[in-house]
Amino acid sequence: MHGGDLIDISYFPGCSLATSAKESNISLMESSKILGLNLIELEDWNCCGSSSASCLDKELAFALGARDLSLAPAGRPLMAMCPRCLHHLRHAQLRLREEPETRRALERRWGRPISPDLEIIHFMEALVRMGPERLKGGQVRSLNGLKFLPYYGCTLFRPPALRRQKYFQAEMGTVLTTLGGQELTKALIYRCCGSFLSAARADVVTPLVNEIMESAVATGAECLVTACAMCQLNLEIRCTWEPKIPIFHFSEILALALGAQDYEGWFDRHLVDPRPLLLARGLIT
Amino acid sequence: MSAIGKVSGSGASRPAIIINEQDRHFAAEVERLSGANLSWCYQCRTCANGCPFVRAMDYPPNSVIRLIQLGLRQRALECHTIWICVACHTCSSQCPMVIDIAAIMDALRRLALEEGAMIAEANILDFHREVLHSIKNYGRAHKLGIMLRYKARVRQWFADLDVGLRMLAKRKLDLKASRVNALSEITRLFIPHWKRK
Repeated sequence: MHGGDLIDISYFPGCSLATSAKESNISLMESSKILGLNLIELEDWNCCGSSSASCLDKELAFALGARDLSLAPAGRPLMAMCPRCLHHLRHAQLRLREEPETRRALERRWGRPISPDLEIIHFMEALVRMGPERLKGGQVRSLNGLKFLPYYGCTLFRPPALRRQKYFQAEMGTVLTTLGGQELTKALIYRCCGSFLSAARADVVTPLVNEIMESAVATGAECLVTACAMCQLNLEIRCTWEPKIPIFHFSEILALALGAQDYEGWFDRHLVDPRPLLLARGLIT
Repeated sequence: MSAIGKVSGSGASRPAIIINEQDRHFAAEVERLSGANLSWCYQCRTCANGCPFVRAMDYPPNSVIRLIQLGLRQRALECHTIWICVACHTCSSQCPMVIDIAAIMDALRRLALEEGAMIAEANILDFHREVLHSIKNYGRAHKLGIMLRYKARVRQWFADLDVGLRMLAKRKLDLKASRVNALSEITRLFIPHWKRK
């Protein structure tokens, strides 16, 4: 366990983690607690607008993101796990910084101050800031050389407007290697998972997902680990390629190494059961 | 009117561009809406080579830029590419001129909707509309509601039924929507400013 005080951080779960990927949310909360982060859910948060708002109505996408930022208390960073939510929130903040008059209009409308300097970070950044000692200190189980493929999808790609900002999602490999995993990378780890096309054009997504999974298995990976709940879902539901290998949320593997006990409930929600692999590796009993 | 005609003559007919049907202001309009500078594009095709979805597109991203430069408004607004693009930003991350290609697609979708252009991928638009409907009603995306309404809209109840049932069995689709308390703040964002009280 960590020594010292808990660090307060505002937490934006987003729609996926709050519903279809609850296992990601729960394991994230557990890991954070063990590492000494006190995640305080953003009071009355709304959807960041997702791809649909930015596809159809930029103004709406901006306003949805801005409302979330107006709810964040000053003095502590706002953290997101979903890479897309992070992206939309940072995009909204960029405009609030560039247009003080728009920011003031929204402040008047909602009767709340919006801090243009609010720090918006990804969970991975919080981990990197704490350093490997904190991780090592909290470690209960070694990952026993679990051969994992960190799957980043499009999480590291961003529009030119956001290219100067810092992104830490790529630390997945480093963190899990520190905890005893064996990282493999020679596969399609930066290939987009298909995003919303999975709902309306599954015929386009299935071949893409199959290519990703085939390349993963070819490297000898036993599982994929992803930072994005939508990637996790798309890779699971759209893969028709055999053999299927488990796809974890990053926080699940992290929580497992940090000694979390209630994993039964998370793995039960996976479409590809990861328990045989974890049993064989001696990571669960 | 399409700006593409046919060159008649011997052999197979080739599409030709009729100069006087080009929209000379189209490129400036897209540049203004997207903030991207189209003259930076030198057709190196890096975007097309990197795009994971290019196989499902009728024009690769660089060709869409070319259509805009040539003023072929209808071709650009009615193409599949602008709806297939999911804004994964693989292209703009790899573009040597750092052109925000996803923003160009956003601008084209907006113009297509405003002008009532033929929507090449009606199902994708329907899906987006259902997501926004859910956000308007709950402040959050309720996946089960979105999928049910989407299925009703496109009348494809049995497509993907197995996936839906497996997701339900794994409790990935909540029956009840998670909602925002201050819902009036959300619904107000969906009302044009001159209608708001």
